[in-house]
Amino acid sequence: MDAIISTPAPFATGRWQQHIDVRDFIQQNLTPYTGDASFLEGPTKATQQLWQLCLDALKAERDNGGCLSIDTDTISTITSHAPGYINRDLEKIVGLQTNQLLRRAMKPFGGFRVVDGAVKEKGQQVAQHVREVFEYVKDHNSAVFQAYDPEILAFRSKGVLTGLPDNYARGRIIGDYRRLALYGANALIAAKKADKLAIDGELTEHTIRLREEVSMQIKALEDMKAMGAMYGLDLSRPAQNAQEAVQWVYMAYLAAVKEQDGAAMSLGNASAFLDIYIERDLQAGLITEAEAQELVDHFVMKLRMIRHLRPGAYDDIFGGDPTWVTEAIGGQLADGRTKVTKTAFRFLQTLYNLGASPEPNLTVLWSNQLPEGFKAFCAQVSIDTSSIQYENDDMMRECRGTDDYGIACCVSHQEIGKRIQFFGARTNLVKTLLLALNEGREEKEGTTLLKGIAPLEGEYLDYEAVMANFKKSMDEVARVYTKAMNIIHYMHDKYYYEKAQLALIDTDPGIDIAYGAAGISIIADSLSAVKHAKVKAIRNEAGLTEGFEVTGDYPMFGNDDDRVDQIACEITDYFFAALRSHKTYKNATHTMSLLTITSNVMYGKMTGATPDGRLAGEPFAPGANPMHGRDVNGAIASLNSVAKFDYNSAMDGISNTMSLVPKSLGHNKAAQVENLTDLLDGYFAKKGFHLNVNVLDRDMLMDAYEHPEKYPQLTIRVSGYAVNFSRLSKNHQLEVITRTFHENM
Amino acid sequence: MVAAHHLRIHSIESFGTHDGPGIRLVIFAQGCQFRCLYCANPDTWDPHGGREMHIDEIVQLAISQRPFFGKRGGVTISGGEPTLQRVVLLELFQQLHAAGINTALDSNGRLLNDEVKALLAETDYLLLDVKHINDDWHKQLTGVSNESVLQVAAYREQTGKEMWLRYVLVPGWSDQPEYLHQLGRHFAHYKSIKKLEIQPYHRLGVHKWEVLNMPYQLNDVPPPTQTQLNEVATIFRQYFTEVVIN
Repeated sequence: MDAIISTPAPFATGRWQQHIDVRDFIQQNLTPYTGDASFLEGPTKATQQLWQLCLDALKAERDNGGCLSIDTDTISTITSHAPGYINRDLEKIVGLQTNQLLRRAMKPFGGFRVVDGAVKEKGQQVAQHVREVFEYVKDHNSAVFQAYDPEILAFRSKGVLTGLPDNYARGRIIGDYRRLALYGANALIAAKKADKLAIDGELTEHTIRLREEVSMQIKALEDMKAMGAMYGLDLSRPAQNAQEAVQWVYMAYLAAVKEQDGAAMSLGNASAFLDIYIERDLQAGLITEAEAQELVDHFVMKLRMIRHLRPGAYDDIFGGDPTWVTEAIGGQLADGRTKVTKTAFRFLQTLYNLGASPEPNLTVLWSNQLPEGFKAFCAQVSIDTSSIQYENDDMMRECRGTDDYGIACCVSHQEIGKRIQFFGARTNLVKTLLLALNEGREEKEGTTLLKGIAPLEGEYLDYEAVMANFKKSMDEVARVYTKAMNIIHYMHDKYYYEKAQLALIDTDPGIDIAYGAAGISIIADSLSAVKHAKVKAIRNEAGLTEGFEVTGDYPMFGNDDDRVDQIACEITDYFFAALRSHKTYKNATHTMSLLTITSNVMYGKMTGATPDGRLAGEPFAPGANPMHGRDVNGAIASLNSVAKFDYNSAMDGISNTMSLVPKSLGHNKAAQVENLTDLLDGYFAKKGFHLNVNVLDRDMLMDAYEHPEKYPQLTIRVSGYAVNFSRLSKNHQLEVITRTFHENM
Repeated sequence: MVAAHHLRIHSIESFGTHDGPGIRLVIFAQGCQFRCLYCANPDTWDPHGGREMHIDEIVQLAISQRPFFGKRGGVTISGGEPTLQRVVLLELFQQLHAAGINTALDSNGRLLNDEVKALLAETDYLLLDVKHINDDWHKQLTGVSNESVLQVAAYREQTGKEMWLRYVLVPGWSDQPEYLHQLGRHFAHYKSIKKLEIQPYHRLGVHKWEVLNMPYQLNDVPPPTQTQLNEVATIFRQYFTEVVIN
């Protein structure tokens, strides 16, 4: 690549100057910070005024049924909307998705029908000229359904395969938004043009498509420049100071969320990168700490205001109107230095300066080597705001081989700028177990989904026979799931290609294909009941299970008891192996998650009674959590059970949500901070993967349930992300309240 | 009769943060001879209740939990009155020490004999519950004398090993200023006492009395207010360097 660098001299030199290599830039220029939080500043007056305007808009949005307004006239693209401002005079960081705060835009290429429905639900109409476009143009949703076969359709409609991104954008791809700041659009365009030229030789379907894709990426970079120009920004060149660096990164991200409305649109891992610019300006005396914090506050404020247009049904799966602007903070570098910077602290400080918030989804990459001052600050912020989640940096660095990664969506690892992810939602694995108990018939209506599943003989369920049927059922579900995923991602690439994000990622990146499974703790308990107690299936006249009679005690998942915990691990390993036996589109690497988002409530509703004694319709536990109230030996035993899952079988993430009352952490704040720090150190040393930490009073939640208006900013962590409690449905709110609270009085 | 190497236990709390330093695995031993009127766990009294657990299993749990202990945490045996099972506990504590895990014993001080002394030698933190400094009140509150409690404390002081005092504050029963001062004077010179913990009386165990069909005598007693707690803490601070409200 020719000289593409026009960055000022003070940066340390390195490979990053000859190649697009943000990681190298960070390695060469990072200033690790090992101190405590005492340097942090509160909000400036401008920040307070701006945030008040946002709070007013959020109230108006709530009062208007959760959606302030929709632009029904325009198909959203990078350049579709005139500039929007909160208050132009006060904003250090500018840019909105549309011309008005919280106004939602239509991104119909995922599925026009869905957008049309969402607009109608709000009592409005999509403009005729937009409607006409889709009389001529095909969208992702239509294309997928043209390719689906009856088997996939049946699995989908019976709720065995759920939440598939076949009628909305798949999301989960993280552009390396830092690239725009470090290199400017012109240098990135030059690099992509060089890449395109290099795609030659004998043309295959792959390389032909790649040439087309790179061309689209170049167009997206040109569009980003045009969007910047509307705001008076010259994005063609690199950012030259801290304010520009933050602004450029946000512009790159904004391009992505104007073009795509994927379920999860993560930011990545920006804090350490931005710190380099901030630190340089601070050292040069160009800005003060208060101004540095103001930049971060204004950036985060913008990220909190990201919105997508969603239909009501979407809320069942992803409750609370999330956007998953996930930002990974902290962690260690491969060379042993910490990646914690003062800007890592500044991002967490936004939770004080602007109050608690679910977005951006702040995720601390926890290493036992993190500086003690940072650990203590994280613990304190968790106790005060319940707004952050934690993931095991030591394990991810070791297993995934990079120290420059973000978290896609809730919990899943993604190397920044090098790899992408094909999102696949999840299968309801409990339904699969019920297929195994019902000769391959769906337990509610009796529709045959699987052939060749033998009837179970005898008065009581026999463990070996159940396992044999279950494994056969998992094999079949894995086969059908793979078909659906291959179709979805083939069509998404073709009809709703993420050109803005891919423009900021290496050409022809590595791909993970992210499968998921819900209900592992019910399966573990059910199989444990069959193995260690006596379980009799109660069948209706059609021979379908409608209840189970359990006689005797059996070990339950969540008590650090291998007799059941190992069943959970065995099933996870087995199902992942079944998935891996199938070939994937673009030869993507298989991964799997144990994750439910808030859909554990919906899964419960759709699933009949199970052999663990759970009644039909009762919610699942979220993610990989033990079932409510069955982890009777306290929080550590519960964590130890979940920590047993093998990350290699669930590299897309193992979600664990923990709710504690403050007092259970210790008798005063200092003890609470120390104990939470020890708890996190312990969980991750045990190779736990992820932990949501809620430190809340049940009484406060009950009050928030009764009087949501009193708690507009109350944030809680739910299965891999955070939500605003008042934006959850009443059902979800109740489910959160009944979830295991660890209170050891 | 409990089988060899077995501890009769009431329950397990793997995330104990109020019974000794750091995060602790707390095992509640079954059986108690005190009959404290405010007892929150009367279901731990019956020495034949609960279930038996092999101490190897407890050691395994503790080892599984060790990464959570950090520099401070460990295992606490509470109850019930753990010294009723002192022989097997000695064995357990020795094994925990062999595994590098610190030990705490939360005891009412019901008994002091050679076996208890051996157990105390393996106890890193003795959390000694002193229910009342006045023997008449102690008898009214617990049904037994405080003589042995004070003996255990004196013995612990002799050994020089760490001890925390725990004092349950029951309004109208254990909050008389003169006795609080008397307790302070009694222990003020003890070098082994690192901390005094005030434990506010609470009513979370009342339903258990109902389940066990036993009359609960403190129905009229409200939990102490924050002001009451602070007043008591102020008195104790005249005698002890660290006083916390637990």
